[in-house]
Amino acid sequence: MPVRWSGPAVAGAVIVALMAALAVAGPIVWGDAAERIDAGAILQGASAEHPLGTDNLGRDLLARVLVAGRFSLALALAATLIGAVAGILLGTLPSVLPRRAARLATGTVNALVAFPGLLLAMFTAVVAGLGARGAVLGIGAAIAPGFARLTQTLAATVAGADYVSAARMLGVPRRRILSRHVLPNIAEPLILNLTQALGGALLGLAGMSFLGLGVQPPSFDWGRLLFDGFSRIYVTPEVALGPAAAVALAGIGFNLLGDALARAAARTTVRKAEEPPAPPAEPDEPDPGAVLDVRDLTVTFPGGSNPVRGLSLTVAPGEVVGLVGESGSGKSLTAAAIGGLVPYPGKVTYGRLHLGGRDVATLSDKELGTALAMVFQDPLAALNPALKVGGQLAEVAVVHEGASRAEARRRAVDRLGQVHLPEPERRAAQHPHELSGGMRQRAVIAMGLMGTPRLIIADEPTTALDVTVQRQILRLLREVVAETGAATLFISHDIAVVGQLCDRVVVMYAGRVVEELPADRLAEGAAHPYTRALIASLPGLDTDRTRPLAGIPGTQPAPDQVGPGCAFAPRCSLATERCTTERPELDAHGPRQRVACWEVS
Amino acid sequence: MPDTSGLETPGTVTGPPFPPPGRAPEAVRRAARRRARVVVRRAVRFAVSLAVLLAASFAMIHLIPGDPVRTALGPTAPVELVEARRAALGLDRPLPEQFATYVTNVLSGNLGTSFITSEPVGEVIAARLPNTLALALLATLLALPAGVPLGMWAAVRTQNGRNRGSELTFGSVTGTAVAVPEFLYAIGLVSAFAIGLGWFPPAGKAGPITYVLPVLALAAGPVAMIARIARVETLRELGKDYVRLARAKRLPARRLHLRHVLPNTLTATLTVCGLLLTSLIAGSVLVEFVFAWPGLGLKIVESITQKDYPVAQGVILVYGAIVLVVNLAVDLLLGALDPTSEIREQS
Repeated sequence: MPVRWSGPAVAGAVIVALMAALAVAGPIVWGDAAERIDAGAILQGASAEHPLGTDNLGRDLLARVLVAGRFSLALALAATLIGAVAGILLGTLPSVLPRRAARLATGTVNALVAFPGLLLAMFTAVVAGLGARGAVLGIGAAIAPGFARLTQTLAATVAGADYVSAARMLGVPRRRILSRHVLPNIAEPLILNLTQALGGALLGLAGMSFLGLGVQPPSFDWGRLLFDGFSRIYVTPEVALGPAAAVALAGIGFNLLGDALARAAARTTVRKAEEPPAPPAEPDEPDPGAVLDVRDLTVTFPGGSNPVRGLSLTVAPGEVVGLVGESGSGKSLTAAAIGGLVPYPGKVTYGRLHLGGRDVATLSDKELGTALAMVFQDPLAALNPALKVGGQLAEVAVVHEGASRAEARRRAVDRLGQVHLPEPERRAAQHPHELSGGMRQRAVIAMGLMGTPRLIIADEPTTALDVTVQRQILRLLREVVAETGAATLFISHDIAVVGQLCDRVVVMYAGRVVEELPADRLAEGAAHPYTRALIASLPGLDTDRTRPLAGIPGTQPAPDQVGPGCAFAPRCSLATERCTTERPELDAHGPRQRVACWEVS
Repeated sequence: MPDTSGLETPGTVTGPPFPPPGRAPEAVRRAARRRARVVVRRAVRFAVSLAVLLAASFAMIHLIPGDPVRTALGPTAPVELVEARRAALGLDRPLPEQFATYVTNVLSGNLGTSFITSEPVGEVIAARLPNTLALALLATLLALPAGVPLGMWAAVRTQNGRNRGSELTFGSVTGTAVAVPEFLYAIGLVSAFAIGLGWFPPAGKAGPITYVLPVLALAAGPVAMIARIARVETLRELGKDYVRLARAKRLPARRLHLRHVLPNTLTATLTVCGLLLTSLIAGSVLVEFVFAWPGLGLKIVESITQKDYPVAQGVILVYGAIVLVVNLAVDLLLGALDPTSEIREQS
């Protein structure tokens, strides 16, 4: 768990280090000055001799602030330890207690967390009486619920891990699981969170002392100095300044450092340096008949990784083109790039990206918003959970066509009916979670029909649905394409579905197109070893069920680990020396088919 | 949570793929029943918490080491006076009887009598509670519309790690603002605007102008806190598919952020606001102390310092009850606002 040393984190660490040094050295260096009574300099304001003034016995306030650091930090440390130990005990109880008692413990922690810490501290202060002891106990009590909650949450995550499940199945007693597996694994985040708790304790104790409920004279901490200074604020405001600054600085320092440490608990990725994408090749002549015409589309991410590289693609009106490949082949990112939805910091470059004969960069939002329909994998995620289904459809017409609300609503209900959603009127007034998965996907498709779609991009639209619903949605897509004449890009990892639905199939591997062929030639005419392997891995009716399913050995390389040759070569049974050193281009291979492979062309 | 009994329920919210039309009312009834169950469970939890609070406030006086009356009156007080006080408080009775009396009294609005002023505690609280609530509510009303847009703006600006500089600035400024406790804001505001510039009265409650500094002191931290939460929530929502789809629809940024993203961030933000309101009520103790504001907070500090136990007990009880009521209200409000919260409730 590396800590990211950003500016604030460094500042926090420096302040905390200074505080620690002050706690060690303060009383040694300024101890005498802080206690020196001077009857001739009582209740003075700031002067050259006493930069922060003097108190009612003529003692130098600057020295007292510097000395008070040790006591303030020591009290905060004590309160934090009390709170952490009590909290961790309370937090681990649910994992060792029987079920009902565990629920009770969880409930108690949840109730206590909702209680303001200061209230708990006041309660303790009443019982324990005024003074440092009561305040420390009180602030400890105030910290404990937070730690208990944290422990519970962390323990719950670890409890789900495989090794804990394994231990449990082997019959290891729960207490032993807790001490051997759970606690050691959550110790680090707990310790990292101590810094933040320490800052909170420091501020809490300062508050208690400032109210006169904490440290009592002749002892003094920063809060007590602030209490004394505050009573003189009308006459000499500067005497309150020193302790106030000390408390604020300590609070900020511990918080900034604590924040960075607490965040270090859940961090994995490190960003690499950015490299400019390679310039795209010169585009050849555009295809006048195609709705979608893509040449040399490349998506680049920082660090020089190209999940999509030099991809070219055309889709004609009314044509359904299937884009297939394993996950990670870049097919979804291709869809996102065509739709202009590649997330930052990804960069899209292309030789040509034409929709309806025009560069997408020149199309207005209105034109794109009505001409492009997108369907995603999980229809529940694709619909806004807070808005009614009808409203989400209607807004396309309101925003892009200036339709009135009533007109837009009427059209939304009409489109919902068009996709065969039963009771469209009622469904339009419902929220997405009230619809079934198939209905939601119908609603998303209907949303694309609100405009006049020329291109439909369906990104794994049936993957999240069960089999019967899948078939209904595929039939609906076919119907919609037939009615609207829209060009459709259908993205799927399932070559069987693609074979049923599509006119033409484009196979992607490691960000590149490796084969392009008519769908009806998939079974017999596939040429590329990868396409053939995909087809061979499909179980059919005549598949021998007693043998394991045919798979493709090895895995697809990550975008930044593709060598100079064919990306599939390491997994290919036909691969030769040439395949690993020189990349094959996509070349014609029979009628309407193109393949990128040295061995078959 | 180790308890996984409720985890299988989300799937049951959606019906079968195509329910026949006749079955829809049944689903609606089921949803209504589930909602009613949630309300009942909340009410029970509230009642239990209230009972625990009552017991805790009763126990408070008995947990004080030694004799609370002797502690309060001091070692020099005559034995007769101590005995008379003890009898008046009923401390000479058996414990169960004392508790029964206490509960009966509290439920009928009788919170006892102050040791120091002999005023009924109920009256003291009734006179001061509105002043405290006014501060806390005004601060919340100020912090919410200031913090949420700030956080959303920061999220949109720093999405996916763009504008690292803005992210760092936002993080350190709000981080610092959150870390400074409200009493330091209060002292700072008093020195600058009341004593230094003389624009506002430094203390007391007399007319609208006296509210300005206490409310600002109370709201400063929460603005930063809400902005941070709103940013995280907005960032999370911006990464979701429905935002992708809304982008594919080419909605204007304003509509995308205000109509699509904002409602989905409010659940978490409102939950925090509930917690915030309760912490503001507590935080007002320190602010009231700085501004000599005649609220409950000042009273509880006085009562603890003077060992006026009946007053301290009463005020803590009322504070606790407010916290419970606010939490209940937030829970119920969320249930009404968010159509999917009943699913979350289960887990």
